[in-house]
Amino acid sequence: MQHVPGADRGKVVLYALSTCGWCARTKELLTDLGVGFSYVYVDLLAGEERDRVVREVERWNPRLSFPTVVIDEAKVIVGFRKDEIREAVGA
Amino acid sequence: MPDAVNEAEVDRLLRDLEAEAEAGGYHLNPDREFTRGLVRGLLANRERYGYISCPCRLASGNREDDLDIICPCDYRDPDLADYGACYCALYVTADVESGKRAAAPVPERRPPPAERRRQKEERALVSRAPGTLNYPVWRCRVCGYLCARNEPPEICPICRVSRDRFERFM
Repeated sequence: MQHVPGADRGKVVLYALSTCGWCARTKELLTDLGVGFSYVYVDLLAGEERDRVVREVERWNPRLSFPTVVIDEAKVIVGFRKDEIREAVGA
Repeated sequence: MPDAVNEAEVDRLLRDLEAEAEAGGYHLNPDREFTRGLVRGLLANRERYGYISCPCRLASGNREDDLDIICPCDYRDPDLADYGACYCALYVTADVESGKRAAAPVPERRPPPAERRRQKEERALVSRAPGTLNYPVWRCRVCGYLCARNEPPEICPICRVSRDRFERFM
């Protein structure tokens, strides 16, 4: 899990793929909004670590699709939904 | 990582995809920078897995399990019809390409893992069922092309995907 420093808007976690254009845009948006967040490229993980993170994503989003943004372990936003993400992080 | 992909290779694959798309009546996303990013992702996946699985989906690395998400994926055509773009937005419809209409965000149409396993078993049953036809009918899961012959063609003559993308239709 990598951390991007920024304003504290709660625990913001981005599950992403390193090859995906929509994941890149989501990461860019969060960065531009100046929000502190953590992200992980699930496609670059291997073995047990990958299994563990896959199960984590499936818990929030059973379709296991990307990007998945989880805010404060409660609110889940699937896909690059700009306005929803903005609103959820209050920026 | 995408950075490791050689830019000349990106140009080459982009050119090939574009030529094939236009010849078949499909269109690549006109946002060049975005499209180049997706092509980098396709090349990264080819390097990793040996096939160009969708850059916006998590591949398993097992070709048989990933067949439906090898680009062009099984879901491209229905997503073009419903949203004007495929899931990763590499392909768009003519009206989106020309700017007459904006593409809508595409929700994931690929069934979750348990549902995919069930569908796979169902397909295996169909292919074992005794037929009353002189020939089995095969359907290309990408473009819908049908042919009645003992085996599907090596390459789909319509959309150019490989034989393993065909399913028994009747």
